Amino acid sequence: MRVTHKTGSMVAGVAVAALTLGACSGSSNDSGGDSSGGGAGEQVEVFTWWAAGSEKAGLDALVNVFEEQHPDIEFVNGAVAGGAGSAAKDLLQSRLQANDPPDTFQAHAGMELLDYINAAQLQDVSPLYDEFNLREAFPADLMDLLTHDGQIYSIPSNVHRANVLWANSGVLEENGIDPNATYASLDDWFADLDALQEAGVTPLSVATAWTQVHLLETILLADLGADAYNGLWDGSTDWEGADVSAALEDFEQAMSYTNTDRDGLDWPEATQMVIDGNAAFNVMGDWAVAAFEEQGQELGTDFTANPVPGTDGVFDFLADSFTLPVGAPDEEGARAWLETVSSAEGQTAFNVAKGSIPARVDADPADFSAYQQTAMESYGQDTIVPSLAHGAAVPVAELNAITDATSRFTSGAADLSTFQSELAAAVAAS
Amino acid sequence: MTHTLKRVGPPLLLLAPSLILVGVFVYGLIAVNFGTSTTDIHTAAQTTGQEPSNTVWFDNYLDLLGNDAFQHSLRNLLLYTAVFLCGTLVMGFLWAWLLERPIRGEGIFRSIYLFPMAVSFVASGVVWRWLLNSGQDESATGLNRLFQMTGLDFLQNNWWNNVDYGITAIAIPAIWQLSGYVMALFLAGFRGIPDELREAARMDGATTWQLYRHVLFPQLSPVALSALIIIGHMSLKSFDLIMSISKPANYQTKVPAVDMYVFKSSFDYANAAAIGSILLVLVAVVVVPYLVRTNRRER
Repeated sequence: MRVTHKTGSMVAGVAVAALTLGACSGSSNDSGGDSSGGGAGEQVEVFTWWAAGSEKAGLDALVNVFEEQHPDIEFVNGAVAGGAGSAAKDLLQSRLQANDPPDTFQAHAGMELLDYINAAQLQDVSPLYDEFNLREAFPADLMDLLTHDGQIYSIPSNVHRANVLWANSGVLEENGIDPNATYASLDDWFADLDALQEAGVTPLSVATAWTQVHLLETILLADLGADAYNGLWDGSTDWEGADVSAALEDFEQAMSYTNTDRDGLDWPEATQMVIDGNAAFNVMGDWAVAAFEEQGQELGTDFTANPVPGTDGVFDFLADSFTLPVGAPDEEGARAWLETVSSAEGQTAFNVAKGSIPARVDADPADFSAYQQTAMESYGQDTIVPSLAHGAAVPVAELNAITDATSRFTSGAADLSTFQSELAAAVAAS
Repeated sequence: MTHTLKRVGPPLLLLAPSLILVGVFVYGLIAVNFGTSTTDIHTAAQTTGQEPSNTVWFDNYLDLLGNDAFQHSLRNLLLYTAVFLCGTLVMGFLWAWLLERPIRGEGIFRSIYLFPMAVSFVASGVVWRWLLNSGQDESATGLNRLFQMTGLDFLQNNWWNNVDYGITAIAIPAIWQLSGYVMALFLAGFRGIPDELREAARMDGATTWQLYRHVLFPQLSPVALSALIIIGHMSLKSFDLIMSISKPANYQTKVPAVDMYVFKSSFDYANAAAIGSILLVLVAVVVVPYLVRTNRRER
């Protein structure tokens, strides 16, 4: 009996010791990995959600330029796949919370960064704008949208346009609609959508809640115009006003033309409906062009891409950008990465591969595809407004509240006036 | 004194690691969660201490419970749990009853019924998202298309897109996945009833119905209760299946766990924590009476 007792306590002791040791070695390994910066062993961990497809190709192209410009710094890919960036954002939130930031991370430029700014988790990078001569390289509208209380917290790598109307030329022709027609107003467009609906075609394809918010923002933009649309986000346009009511009525009408299985789809499936000829129109950002081109569709003959009716002359922008977190393990590496991201060379390489356009206005259009050239032209001359659905216009919590309200309305649980007051409350809350 | 230490010491030392781990990572974190839920930390800046936060006690709970959208989530959860529970218990019992009598190929049927449980909710959710596509008539796919092909057009419906009862459509895959498990529980229950009892009942002239009603069912009630608890608490925590069939923003399929996720991603930690506590209480309401009962019986 004595022996077993002794053995018992020994086993327990060893178990405790092993556990403690395990815990210690785990933590020392972690800190070893993070603090290895300085000297020749510099490295930069770049946190993105660019893990597949054209986004991955873009990142690879950017890394090539980075390795040319900064051969002494090792690039560490911190890409997290899944959920169109939501998996990466979840992880980023926890890492910043735990004071374990990556050296630099991808985020949509604009108000999506506000939570991190207010939490003092980001550094002001305006000195880098002077160092790299970026103030002239980006359009003035964009600079205004990036500036928060006189400071700038990220450097944009690429720009997408949200207010694009995609159409299947074949489907339109079959139904007696000129595919090259452009619509001056939403009402003109709705007339054609009525005709398509009577002919038994799905006039407009849309997908789950965020794409409905995307459609909503382009309709608000069409009905209110750029100035009043901007006013929605800074409080100078009244959400409860009659103009907004009229725009929401148009949104309701637009939703009446859409496919009923929308809530189960994501944007590629809604765009695919247009490519396959199962729907005539789709409103989606210009990343959709990759889906058309991959399937051998020609711009102008097989499909068309125009500004959403009523938004011609306005560029509804969203941008990916990179930041400098407070407490980045290797700030020098992060600065070097930001220099490459903001350089004309880096932006060209990245955007040719990804399909977006450079945030810089001095890139050479000849390097880019037919659609990208038209987007670059608009970007250079149009009024630039921030996208709602993609984090440029409002902080995350507000966008989530707006998305919830939109889903409540489109699923039939709320009527138009409730929808309007919920939207007003969502924006007023913060 | 030394004697007690010698007697209690070694077992306590042996248990200490797990007691400490459970204490910190389960009960400690529950306490932290509850603490967060009684504050007004609704923004990222308050979490890092850039802006002040205050204790508001139960305000978050009152606001949530008074909110239409959250009531909708709770109602959805209740509906989902009711359908999920009834479905698995009925199907599981039926299958167990069919397999209870020795038949040829029992092993094969048992495996077939049990297999869905081996699939993860996320994987089956993706497939069921296609099956439960809400397109009808010309744009029908999935089950709606199957109904068309078999001449059962009138059965076509918009599945989980119905804003009032849509959540019950998501209970279908859940029932499909867990009925086999309930079957296994009931089958074990049936097998655990000694043959002597049946024989004795027959000798006394009991009919088949009376045999089931007065001999077998009472013996199965502990199994039914276990199944109820296991399925019930799984259902209350449902998240992955709903997320992979629907999307977090879809109002039709909101449940408290989805709300918690959305609040968390909005940096609204106080409300997320409050929903976590509400879920914990809901599960405790189901599980604690069961634990008390089992504990009493074991004594």
